[in-house]
Amino acid sequence: MSYAAGVDVGSTQTKAVIIDEDRRIVGRALIDTGAHVVTAAEKAFAEALQHGGLQEPEVEYVIGTGYGRYRVTFGNTQVTEISCHGRGAVHMFPGTRTVVDMGGQDTKAIRVSPTGEILDFCMNDKCAAGTGRFLGAASAALDIPLGELGEVALRSERPVRISTTCTVFAESEVLSWLGKGKKIEDILLGVHQSIAARSIGLLRRVGIEEEVTFTGGVARNVGMIEALNRGLGLKVNVSEESHYMGAVGAALFALDHIRASRAPVDGGAAAAEAIV
Amino acid sequence: MTSSAAQEIVGRGNNDGATLFRQWFEALNETAATDGQAAYVFVMGSMAEILRVFDLPMVFPEINSLQTAVRRVAHEYLNQAEDYGYSPDICGYVKADVAVQLSGGKHPMGQIPKPAIAVLTNACNTYIKWAEIWERMYHVPIFTLDVPGTRAAGTQTWPGDRDFENDRAYVAAQIKELISACERVTGKKFDIDRLREVMRHANTMNRGWKRVLELNRTRPSLFNAVTDGTIYLGVVNAFRGTPEGAKYFDELVEEMEYKAAHGIGTLTDEKYRLIFVGVPCYPIFRRFNELFTEWGGTFVNSTYLWFAAGGSNQGFQYDLARPLESLAEGVLISVRDAMDSMFYQDQALAAMIDPFSVDGVVYHPIKSCRTVSTGLADNRRALMASRDIASLFIESDMMDRRVVSEAQLKNRTDAFFEGLASRRMR
Repeated sequence: MSYAAGVDVGSTQTKAVIIDEDRRIVGRALIDTGAHVVTAAEKAFAEALQHGGLQEPEVEYVIGTGYGRYRVTFGNTQVTEISCHGRGAVHMFPGTRTVVDMGGQDTKAIRVSPTGEILDFCMNDKCAAGTGRFLGAASAALDIPLGELGEVALRSERPVRISTTCTVFAESEVLSWLGKGKKIEDILLGVHQSIAARSIGLLRRVGIEEEVTFTGGVARNVGMIEALNRGLGLKVNVSEESHYMGAVGAALFALDHIRASRAPVDGGAAAAEAIV
Repeated sequence: MTSSAAQEIVGRGNNDGATLFRQWFEALNETAATDGQAAYVFVMGSMAEILRVFDLPMVFPEINSLQTAVRRVAHEYLNQAEDYGYSPDICGYVKADVAVQLSGGKHPMGQIPKPAIAVLTNACNTYIKWAEIWERMYHVPIFTLDVPGTRAAGTQTWPGDRDFENDRAYVAAQIKELISACERVTGKKFDIDRLREVMRHANTMNRGWKRVLELNRTRPSLFNAVTDGTIYLGVVNAFRGTPEGAKYFDELVEEMEYKAAHGIGTLTDEKYRLIFVGVPCYPIFRRFNELFTEWGGTFVNSTYLWFAAGGSNQGFQYDLARPLESLAEGVLISVRDAMDSMFYQDQALAAMIDPFSVDGVVYHPIKSCRTVSTGLADNRRALMASRDIASLFIESDMMDRRVVSEAQLKNRTDAFFEGLASRRMR
């Protein structure tokens, strides 16, 4: 049995996924990226190996993705997280035609073909408005752990309107609403709705086609899932693996590469070869 | 042709273009040193044909500004202008020029002379306010040539149409006013035969420029429209109406025809043929291009080579038997085309996808020029609705490195090429 791996080095967290030849996830890991990107990639991969009970030589091909993809020094090649999230989302939810990936400092809207091919994409530009960082600022201002923000937000009945789109100014606006006596849950739902609105704007630029799959670290936030569902007027796909979707996509490309090296006539493998 | 002849001809356009450019700046230095008269003009409708009759050296502040970015000192100029009070949000070209003026004409290429007159068209809405700055600084006359533009995509009028003839008369009347203004500024009498001579050289250049752009349909492409093309573009603007400019374009056509006949491309392994839409990213000019060439991508054409050439890519040929009337017609058609290349380029792009064997279109809106950038998202949507063509939308700036994020540009560019690779497998 051969294994393929994807290592997604994001701005906030690094994810590693190992899959077997049947595309089943057999090992995974998630760690904070921190300042040492090379070390983070190595550590995440080592933890994924340990989680799967595997030895490094058993993994035949490794693809790095994410902003730190060129720092996955032990990897065989790199693919952008845009391609990887598209590929991963279609693998998890074959009906996916649109992907919204919300990470620490990037939000991406991706339109994909039934085979996971990227048809169009759009990202936030030079500004972290509408990304996970915005939630981080709210978390700091309200002194609520990041992982609890969504649940608290869902208690809201009268969300405030967050007017700023700037992550830096978000904190001061949150404090300003607190000063006016607004409930924390109302402020938080306002924050979630603000981010969702920015993301939906990106989705509209590429064209929203169902099914929509939500990926990235923020996909673990139930408040954001609900805000997107309401904003879009549909139910977005969310997987337990959403946070790992970039690494999953990278591992799938890596598996394509393994197959291509064995049977070059394989169409899907040839497609992977064309990319990597 | 012998191999030594090939060595002489291939790459000549780039070498000679760089030499001409240095000579042009040296001449401007000389004008500044002798306190000579100069005309400040813009690339979209420089009116070189008239100004050369009066021997007025032309200063292109847009080119001066972009040179500061290419030479990686733009931030010093931008900071100076912003410290003086100009907003970070306005045109980077304007701010760099203001800093040059505040510094007494000091520029990385030497000394820029002061204006004796400024001539502008309405092709860019910033031109008007920009020229007013010089008017206030130097108390010199500014002349605005109002060129009627296209009212909507695909609605151009042509010679013989009533609207066109009215527009031509309107432009011709303004050209006569410009001639009078130049006579007052220089104290020289207008010479119609000299105008014919200048127009004859401009005809050669226009014809050559159009031919050079057409020749890049060749596979592999003969020149990179973003890098090499910008050198040619510099000559189009700085040497319009001169014997040097005419000779340069005759020789450039010869070079491109030679390369086409011998299959000499700009890349050793051309994989993807692209069109560039917008203004180049001058702060990281070379690196920006490498983001594409690393994947085997080359730019076979660029809307920048159309609008920043004042529409001379149309190859308009003046009728020297009726110079003033024909100049008005040429200015009207060419400057109008420059504006259309900024605002309505989707139809022109759609039409060139097949003849140029285009794999993708790269839109590059820039933060500090909304004139050229505002409509690009809509134009992209229109193009993608009309043709099944891949496109990339990346934003940076032509001057301000503070808003140029190479990591983000690379991420998007890499994803674009991954998509192109997948498309090719379809």
